[in-house]
Order: sequence, then C-alpha cells, then structure tokens
Amino acid sequence: MIAAGQRVRVRDDWPETRGPCHIRTPHYLRGATGTVQRHLGDFPNPEDLAFGRKARRLSLYHVVFDASSLWGDGKPKAEILVELYEPWLEPV
Amino acid sequence: MQTSDVDHDRLLTALRSLLAAKGITTAAEIAERITITDAATPARGAAMVAKAWVDPEFRTLMLTDGARAAESLGIPMRGMPPLGVLENTRTQHHLVVCTLCSCYPRAVLGYPPFWFKSNSYRARAVRDPRRLLAEWGTVLGDDVALRVVDSTADYRWMVLPVRPMGTRGWSEAALAGLVREGDMIGVTTPQLPSGTATLAK
Repeated sequence: MIAAGQRVRVRDDWPETRGPCHIRTPHYLRGATGTVQRHLGDFPNPEDLAFGRKARRLSLYHVVFDASSLWGDGKPKAEILVELYEPWLEPV
Repeated sequence: MQTSDVDHDRLLTALRSLLAAKGITTAAEIAERITITDAATPARGAAMVAKAWVDPEFRTLMLTDGARAAESLGIPMRGMPPLGVLENTRTQHHLVVCTLCSCYPRAVLGYPPFWFKSNSYRARAVRDPRRLLAEWGTVLGDDVALRVVDSTADYRWMVLPVRPMGTRGWSEAALAGLVREGDMIGVTTPQLPSGTATLAK
C-alpha cells in the first residue's frame, strides 16, 4: 500500500508499442512525477478484463500532478488529479 | 473498414446474440439497463446538490460516499461504478474530464453531452483548462486553485458546486432548479436567473 503524500513516478512504459493492449494510464502522464492523494480501493485489472482474462485486483490511487510540470511551456496553472493503478507507480 | 461502412444495427444484433449465446447477459437484462440509463437525467444530480446545500449531514455523506448518498434519494446505483463527489469552494474549483474515452457519472447526470466526448474538450481540459473555462464564461481568479480530474479508471466523478449568493431561504426544489449539467462537470457555476452571481463573489 502506498501512503498518502508519497511521491511517485508513473512508469515511462509504452505497452501499446509491443502489441494489442488496453491501458488506463494516459500518455501525457508516462514518466511524470506526482503525489499520492489517497487509496481509492481495489479493482480488477482493466488491462486483463478488456481481453476476458482472469483479472487480479489492483490498488487504485488518486494521484495529483502539477500541470505546469507536464507541459513544456510552464502552462497551465492547475493540478491534475488522476486514478492510477499501483503497477504503474514507482516510488521516487 | 471505415466505421461509417459498418451496418450498426446488424453489428448490434450480432453482439447481443453472442452475449446471450455465451450466457454473459440476457435480452431482459439489456432492456432493464437501457431503461435505467434512459431514466437518468441531470435533475438527479441537481437534487443531490440542492440537498447537500441545505442538509450538512447529507453533504458529508455525499462527499464521503456519493453512491450511498444517491441511493438514499432513491437513485438506482446497482451495477454502477463508485461515485466520487468533488467539492468546489470559493478558493478551489474542480473540472471533470475523461481524456481516455468518455467516462461520465451517468447514474446521476444521464448521457454525457456531445462536447464532453469531443477530442478538443478532452485535450484542452488538461492542456489549457483555464482558457477553456473562460470560453464557458467561467473566469477563475488567480486566487482560485484549479484541479482537473481525469476519470481514467473505476470511479465516476461529479462536482458539488458552490451555492450561489443570494439564495438564503430558498427551497430545495428552487435550489435544484438552478443547477445545470455543466455546473456538476465544472465547466460552469450555478447562476441566479439574473446572472449576477459568480464564483468570485
């Protein structure tokens, strides 16, 4: 379990370049660093569900990112709050 | 094959038949789900918002467990994803988007509006949200923090907007009448009929 307040990095991984897949981690967050806000619960892995495979339950977290760190030009002044599954998160 | 070349009716019939043949779902279950989905409108979400504005206990429940709060008002939530509710204040605004597809709190807001599913809304909500909001007439001051909530997974999110000034003593029904679909997504904020109330006031 990842504690609230923990800094995490979204894996800079691109499974879509390796074959058919279903990913709930947006492109714009791959490799980005954010802060875990809270654990939202455990849910069956959608990456398996989409293909009718047996899906293990994964911890889902609300992770907050500074939007200005995501885009090169320093805009916009906002935070982005996103649901991400634990296997996509690495401790910083 | 181009999407436009597909015979959608035949495709749908084939898919339904396969789902039934494989025992995944039945025609009756599909019909029931369509009835439930068709019955949902933004009036449901508006009723929740109005109650939260007048009933602190309900407000707490709604912010803690949106689905239970909805069910307590008779809104069917069975088989629906968990509902999260984001509280706007005078200094914190929320905007909901689904950049991956069009996840939407259908149980309480009904079908998503066409623009919510558009590529431009989905891209700009995370890339340039303050200007997007300004185009909706929602100009946030520098003192208002903005949080864009990207519905990427198992939750569905709605916004509990700020109760407009000048509504003291209003009935729950009158308050619910102020709340529009966009107010619960965060692109707009509830306005008095005269259009005088703003987030900044």
